[in-house]
Amino acid sequence: MAKVLVVTSGKGGVGKTTSTAALGAALAHDGTKVVVIDFDVGLRNLDLVMGAERRVVFDLINVINGVAKLSQALIRDKRLESLHLLPASQTRDKDALTEDGVAKVIDELRTKFDWIICDSPAGIERGATLAMRYADAAIIVTNPEVSSVRDSDRIIGLLDSKTVRAERGERVDKHLLITRYSSSRAARGEMLSIDDVLEILSTPLLGIIPESQEVLCASNVGSPVTLNNPLSAPARAYFDAARRLKGEQVSMLVPSETRGIFNRLFARKAA
Amino acid sequence: MSSLVRQRHSLMFRPRSYMAFAIAPQPPIVGWLSDLDASLERSEAFFAGQHVALDLSAVNLSPTAIGQLVANLEERNIRVLGIEGVDPAKWQAGLPPVLRGGRGTRASEPPGSIAAAPAPASGRPPSQSPQPASLMIEDPVRSGQSVIFTEGDVTVLGSVGSGAEIVAGGSIHVYGTLRGRALAGATGNARARIFCHRVEAELLAINSYYRTADDIEESLRCRPAQAWLEGHTLQISAMN
Repeated sequence: MAKVLVVTSGKGGVGKTTSTAALGAALAHDGTKVVVIDFDVGLRNLDLVMGAERRVVFDLINVINGVAKLSQALIRDKRLESLHLLPASQTRDKDALTEDGVAKVIDELRTKFDWIICDSPAGIERGATLAMRYADAAIIVTNPEVSSVRDSDRIIGLLDSKTVRAERGERVDKHLLITRYSSSRAARGEMLSIDDVLEILSTPLLGIIPESQEVLCASNVGSPVTLNNPLSAPARAYFDAARRLKGEQVSMLVPSETRGIFNRLFARKAA
Repeated sequence: MSSLVRQRHSLMFRPRSYMAFAIAPQPPIVGWLSDLDASLERSEAFFAGQHVALDLSAVNLSPTAIGQLVANLEERNIRVLGIEGVDPAKWQAGLPPVLRGGRGTRASEPPGSIAAAPAPASGRPPSQSPQPASLMIEDPVRSGQSVIFTEGDVTVLGSVGSGAEIVAGGSIHVYGTLRGRALAGATGNARARIFCHRVEAELLAINSYYRTADDIEESLRCRPAQAWLEGHTLQISAMN
């Protein structure tokens, strides 16, 4: 049974696209069929993070307008056979998205894939509301700072009112993914603690992704961090989160930056 | 020559609602009247100065019988301002007007209450108690959401997020953290209060008197607290 997942946050720059790519790759790792869709029409990024920017021919808007067939627009990942990308259009804007068009595309994808991951644009306007519209579950990406947390609270309110599931009286499963977490900065009071974020948002925690250079490195070479360096701390956190999404019980560790971990990281790089 | 054009005051109609007690006679009327007499003996002034509506939904009376009943009540100093629960077709000149759209409300008991009077021996069903108006919200109220309930109290079991808003005609109870805005007594009720398990509110208001986060003492923040109105000032105190 296919599951439609929206990765959303309200605020921009918190790691939605990075998380979409990393979780998509982590879920597809065992051959599960996954498609990631970029809903950021006009400001697309997911193609870059997935390293597929030079293979885009047709996009989501073309499919909605009937210019191209879905199979023509889907881009198969070069590293993982079961991972696909449906890119956004860079030349259009969010008004090109229609509710019926998105519904049709999602319905067709449901017949072909196990996971359909919608990468939402920032904000609460058309792009973001249509990205969440048909979701069965949502990942709310939050940085441990007040503005991101409040925006996430707003988005959770919308997930509970503006989605098809909410309108039918059902619930959208909500998962909180805290990204860019730095335990040393949290200890110094420069960041909210995990407990503070959970208390404010009262949403189950899916994972804590530590702040790491690895994430930026992976984006720059056009590879999800879970493929680029699967043993790095953020990649392992994403793999754990993907297992939790599949329903496995995986114990949650708050990432800490002890010397030991640093030393081990360095040791691995040198090897 | 004085102007012939007289300045006319424009007619103004303003809708207003008033609180009235509804009394519902039960058949047989004669027995009900003697029960009423027994109650009035204990507290004579109970209906003095009260607006009373006659709820006739439990009995089926002819217009003449209604007129007789109203006269019987007037003999007992009960002035009926309107009747409800009757077919408007049965109304005739001389009877009090037919009222519609009445709703039960919670009202403070008038002095000399007859509520404490022992129930009459006849096996009369207890009169329907008015449904207290309150709104219960079991989920957190998220940023950007606005809960407006002017009919009465609002109870929130979760937290009220920063940028969320609760507007209540009555009091507001928040069993989580109140981070957003709470506006109690919004329809002019100065006796409404705000209670919360943890106050980090952006704004507290009762009957349009408000305090913003800046004016809430630092020592109260993050503690259980209540707010109420004393004259024209909003008071906030810790509750532990």
